[in-house]
Amino acid sequence: MKTRSQNDIVIPRPGPRRFYGHGIPGVQLEELVGKLIVVEGADGSGRSTQIARLVQWLETTGHATVQVGLKRSTLVSEELERAQEGNILSRTTLSLFYATDFADQLENIILPALKSGFIVLADRFIYTLMARDMVRGMDEAWLKNLYGIALEPDAVFYLAVEAEELVQRNLSKSAALDYWESGMDLGLSRDMFDSFLKYQTAMQAAFRQLQKTYGFTIVDGNRPVDAITGELRKKISAVLAGK
Amino acid sequence: MRTFAELNFPGRLIAVEGLDGSGKSTQIYLLKRWLEAEGVRVYFSEWNSSELVKSATSKGKKRELLTPNTFSLIHATDFADRYERHLLPLLRAGYIVLCDRYIFTAFARDVVRGCPPAWVRGIYNFAAQADLTFFFKADLEVSLNRILDGRPKLKFFEAGMDLHLSSDPYESFRIFQGRILEQYLAMSTEFNFIVIDANQRVEAQQGLVRQLVSQRIDLARFKRVSPLPLPPPVRRNRPAAEFDDESVE
Repeated sequence: MKTRSQNDIVIPRPGPRRFYGHGIPGVQLEELVGKLIVVEGADGSGRSTQIARLVQWLETTGHATVQVGLKRSTLVSEELERAQEGNILSRTTLSLFYATDFADQLENIILPALKSGFIVLADRFIYTLMARDMVRGMDEAWLKNLYGIALEPDAVFYLAVEAEELVQRNLSKSAALDYWESGMDLGLSRDMFDSFLKYQTAMQAAFRQLQKTYGFTIVDGNRPVDAITGELRKKISAVLAGK
Repeated sequence: MRTFAELNFPGRLIAVEGLDGSGKSTQIYLLKRWLEAEGVRVYFSEWNSSELVKSATSKGKKRELLTPNTFSLIHATDFADRYERHLLPLLRAGYIVLCDRYIFTAFARDVVRGCPPAWVRGIYNFAAQADLTFFFKADLEVSLNRILDGRPKLKFFEAGMDLHLSSDPYESFRIFQGRILEQYLAMSTEFNFIVIDANQRVEAQQGLVRQLVSQRIDLARFKRVSPLPLPPPVRRNRPAAEFDDESVE
């Protein structure tokens, strides 16, 4: 890689900023000078790989980054993990628990980081949470109100991978399917393999439904890793240029 | 918003609301004791008591991590857990459920903390309206003195210190409670609060509460068939009439 001079470093230009609903009181949107980039997708869609590569690329090109993700809040991550182990959560509780986890990271990490000019990479965002809840029969309008606190990201990439391919990737990685990622709480099938396929197919339908409202970019995740990184970099470069 | 009765639940939900120190917890406790003595199937549930979020709430409070939004959401999570796992099944089973604080506490407190009313109400719209809501209305000074006499050290969130109303916890508490009272009074008519004058003696209030409960709810329908719960029948082919007989004493 060629050495970069100071002048090659791009200072991100401001783009449009808004909250989806009433947002967080007291936040001055124009002060949020960093960028919020979201990568969405199922387990095995290549999210973590792509985020790691993006961090590498962004940092070597002079940008400070911060990563957030589901179930990573100081406030409730441990409690949420414990509750899920016991499988005692009913759907509204699960939904609100995740919303609490999201709100804590939004207010304590995402917004301060954006104010300090960081590029925030979110390993999933409200869309996964909404899709999961929709598949569990929760009302879309209720969810929209709940997540009215969320900031609209500068870019959202949904890594779309066929359910059959996801099964293969998950099994080759850990030789097992995750209880929640297989939607076992929904009773779709007692067979975990079948349940996983049905659940992930339903999740994809929910994402397509959400795409109509939130207009995120769907990225074909069935392609080789490099090809996907290339596409993401190109699109993020445009975001940094304020396009 | 429909009540459990309007939704054809066999059970009924009675809620008490009021400021800290209004005496509502004493009153609902005495109501519970009476209903139990009458042989009514009764269950008591307290605001912010779910085991699920207890450690998160106390961590958040102790380390002052909570914002108005997370404060609101963590209490909503607690409520949803109790609602879905305890309240709904018990109301389906024909219990009288007593709630020390219900959704109106969130409507009042979270709004005072700065959350938009429509957002808070939207979050709680999975919950049905209480069949009876008693609001214990004490003079602000009376409530304040009860709390301040009994527990000289005020907790951070209890005093509303997160709102930066005053650097003095006592002054902050006064302002905070005053604002909550305003919110309660503003929704009193909308949600059919039965307002009880909480400046009266304990016995006088309880007499009124019991009288109103027995007027509005046909308690005989909620009595246990036998004074103690029977073990589940081993065989299911007994005549149903045996279980409907309410005259057993």
